[in-house]
Amino acid sequence: MPVNPETQGRSYGPFEPYEVTRGAIRAFADAVDARSGAHFSPEVARAEGYEDVVAPATFAAIIAQKAEFHVVADPEVGVDFSKVVHADERFTHHRPIVAGDVVRASVIIESITQRAGISMVTSRAELTDADGVPVTTVMSTLAVREDQS
Amino acid sequence: MSEETLPAFSSLNIGDQVAGRDVEVTRDTLVRYAAASGDFNPIHYNDAFAQQVGLPGVIAHGMFTMGIGASVVEEWAGAGNVVDYQARFTRPVPVPALGAATVSVTAVVGALDHELQRARIDVTVTFEGAKVLGKAQAIVDCA
Repeated sequence: MPVNPETQGRSYGPFEPYEVTRGAIRAFADAVDARSGAHFSPEVARAEGYEDVVAPATFAAIIAQKAEFHVVADPEVGVDFSKVVHADERFTHHRPIVAGDVVRASVIIESITQRAGISMVTSRAELTDADGVPVTTVMSTLAVREDQS
Repeated sequence: MSEETLPAFSSLNIGDQVAGRDVEVTRDTLVRYAAASGDFNPIHYNDAFAQQVGLPGVIAHGMFTMGIGASVVEEWAGAGNVVDYQARFTRPVPVPALGAATVSVTAVVGALDHELQRARIDVTVTFEGAKVLGKAQAIVDCA
């Protein structure tokens, strides 16, 4: 079943809040070979003006991808996950994410374009903090092959 | 934003390489990234599955490759000072079952917005001499 372009504009969420912990930031920073002390040490982070350890620039993908999963899982959108390649990603940080943040995500299907047997599905996840203030906008595009093989 | 760690905008010149390093990527690296990110797509740990969907074998997460690019920029710019970061995933990085794939990351000043005091840092990640990310750009707010 091909991707259904009529689902463009469909939105999902907001979903259950994600609680950002020091441990999750440390594990992610280690995993992407991030070396700034402010990812690991609350003292260093405070000296740099933050309330707690700071998430690496792509940490928000953890939260955004949980929300984007609902797009891929929506049978009416029609994404065959075995034919998906991640095409591009963009993070726009309205402020840095720090440990202690409680972040909620909602996602909208920004666009679906189809050309030469490939559907490009672009989603936009909006991450907001406990006060509803924007934290990060994550744009993500999946390329879905429409061949029948 | 941290003013403590920000690079001085006036010291930057287009074309300057501000940071760079080689990163060894092993299966262990990918398992750690999967656990830390929650991305458990089997193409990043299971050769048989990866080959079934037309890949040569296990490949690195595109988001991992993008992430190490950010780490190189943030080590220079200061944690939390990258306000925008984008990339296209143009080429997979196959990671062998034994041994490592070595990727090289460089960060170069690509553009300077003097009005906003923002620097565009162009990130290049190469594997075996070929770029694996397209239009990988980080914006560092130096204001």
